[in-house]
Amino acid sequence: MAVAEPQFDDLYREIILDHYRRPRNRGELATPSQRVEGVNPVCGDEIHLDLEIGDDTIRDVSYWGHGCSISQSSASMLTERLKGCSIEEAERVMGKVRAMLIDGAAPDDEIGDLQALEGVARLPVRVKCALLCWNVLKEGLQQATTAA
Amino acid sequence: MIDPREIRKDFPILEQQVNGRPLVYLDNAATTQKPRQVIEALVRYYETSNANIHRGIHTLAVRATEQYEAVRGKTAAFLSASHPEDIVFTRNTTEALNLVARAWGDANVHEGDEIVLTLMEHHSNIVPWQQLAQRTGALLRYAGITPEGKLDLDEVRGLIGPRTKVVSVTHMSNVLGTINAVAEIGEMARQAGALMVVDGAQSAPHLPVDVEALGCDFFAFSAHKMLGPTGVGVLWARRGLFETMEPFLGGGDMIALVRQDESTWADVPHKFEAGTPNIADVVAFGAALDYLQDLGMGAVRAHEMALTAYAMEQLSSIEGLTMHGPERADERGGVVSFAMNPAHPHDIATIADGHGVAIRAGHHCAQLLMRHLGVAATSRASFSIYNDKDDIEALAEALEHVNRVFG
Repeated sequence: MAVAEPQFDDLYREIILDHYRRPRNRGELATPSQRVEGVNPVCGDEIHLDLEIGDDTIRDVSYWGHGCSISQSSASMLTERLKGCSIEEAERVMGKVRAMLIDGAAPDDEIGDLQALEGVARLPVRVKCALLCWNVLKEGLQQATTAA
Repeated sequence: MIDPREIRKDFPILEQQVNGRPLVYLDNAATTQKPRQVIEALVRYYETSNANIHRGIHTLAVRATEQYEAVRGKTAAFLSASHPEDIVFTRNTTEALNLVARAWGDANVHEGDEIVLTLMEHHSNIVPWQQLAQRTGALLRYAGITPEGKLDLDEVRGLIGPRTKVVSVTHMSNVLGTINAVAEIGEMARQAGALMVVDGAQSAPHLPVDVEALGCDFFAFSAHKMLGPTGVGVLWARRGLFETMEPFLGGGDMIALVRQDESTWADVPHKFEAGTPNIADVVAFGAALDYLQDLGMGAVRAHEMALTAYAMEQLSSIEGLTMHGPERADERGGVVSFAMNPAHPHDIATIADGHGVAIRAGHHCAQLLMRHLGVAATSRASFSIYNDKDDIEALAEALEHVNRVFG
């Protein structure tokens, strides 16, 4: 008897694949106030974030890099969600995304498309892929706060 | 003739299901599974023979010593080496290569000397030489790779010259599967008055190896990639070479006499086995060597080559898949690295795992090679004696699924 085909709908949701195939806000900013990067030495994934921060607001954000669908789509969704946000809101979203990925907390609507990454929490080896851009963002926000 | 179905009965771990599917283990270049003969040898040693070796007077100490030293003899025989004393046990291939770079390199490599490596080396055959070069002021030279993924022998020949002190090359690439002409390169090294070191981590488990016929000076490999336990590596040296070298680590078991300010060293090979070694795992490694010798390394090679040819045929029919490395199965070992853009190797490995198929994705500790190939990572399937055509078909089915998700 044939075994049922394994399902990946929960992990590779259409939103994730869409951001992977058609990345949003990919590339460099002309005048970033912060340029931060992160690599995952274990798998070679790489994320660069350009942030243009002023008046406690992320006026613009872009990313570039390479890696798996999870790491790249996470970054793409990050930029789409946080562009134009206050730093306070960005930090709240970051906290919710990290709680979803690390602690398996239920996501809420405030994180938008990023809810699609919920399935990653079940795969401990892939959590670091989704977290990479958020670790980079954390550093960027810290730099911005220190500089201010 | 190897019958994987019969062999599989000896490997309890393969009987399990992973994600609701029978486990298909294709990560053998990272580490192989262990037959019950090896597991039982480990347990039997602890249940019947455990004691610290050498210098012991009591019965168990003598028994443990005999069992440990018997494996030194078996290891020599496995490599067609004449003298068991030319075998030193380490923790792994990495430690064996570090031993050479330290204990031989520090005394013999000087400023301006050259160390010849290749772009397809594992980090374990790069970093110890970089550290040696940094300590001594020696220079590293890297031979390149042809578009087909073979070592460029003309380039190797061009790099080896009067300044070359050591040439260190992998016998078989852990990414491309390429089997290198180490005997020929060893001859080039010998004519230049340089030493030839062979990283045999991937070859010793899968090819018949005759170190004397290879004409190399050092040959290093790991037990865990050839059915043995983790924590045991082997370094073989050409006759007389170990005697010329100072110890790598100092401590118990490696001394003859200890005085307040200085000590004298034990004879080879004990001079290079400081402290209590991994006795139990060495003893169990003996059972792995017996297992492989009973099958015959020629038969192991024939089985894995046929499987590699089948894998390359199956994978070539998958849309969008490109393979790295030599096109002919007889020029490579049982390792197949591939790309399936736009699916990233980690996504491929996750989907394969969903099918119960264990493959590896990443840089495979070969970042220089990744850079040369222009990729950040590859997916890699690697074979052993218990794999069969069904396993390859399970892999192919999983890869078709990758195309359905990412295509």
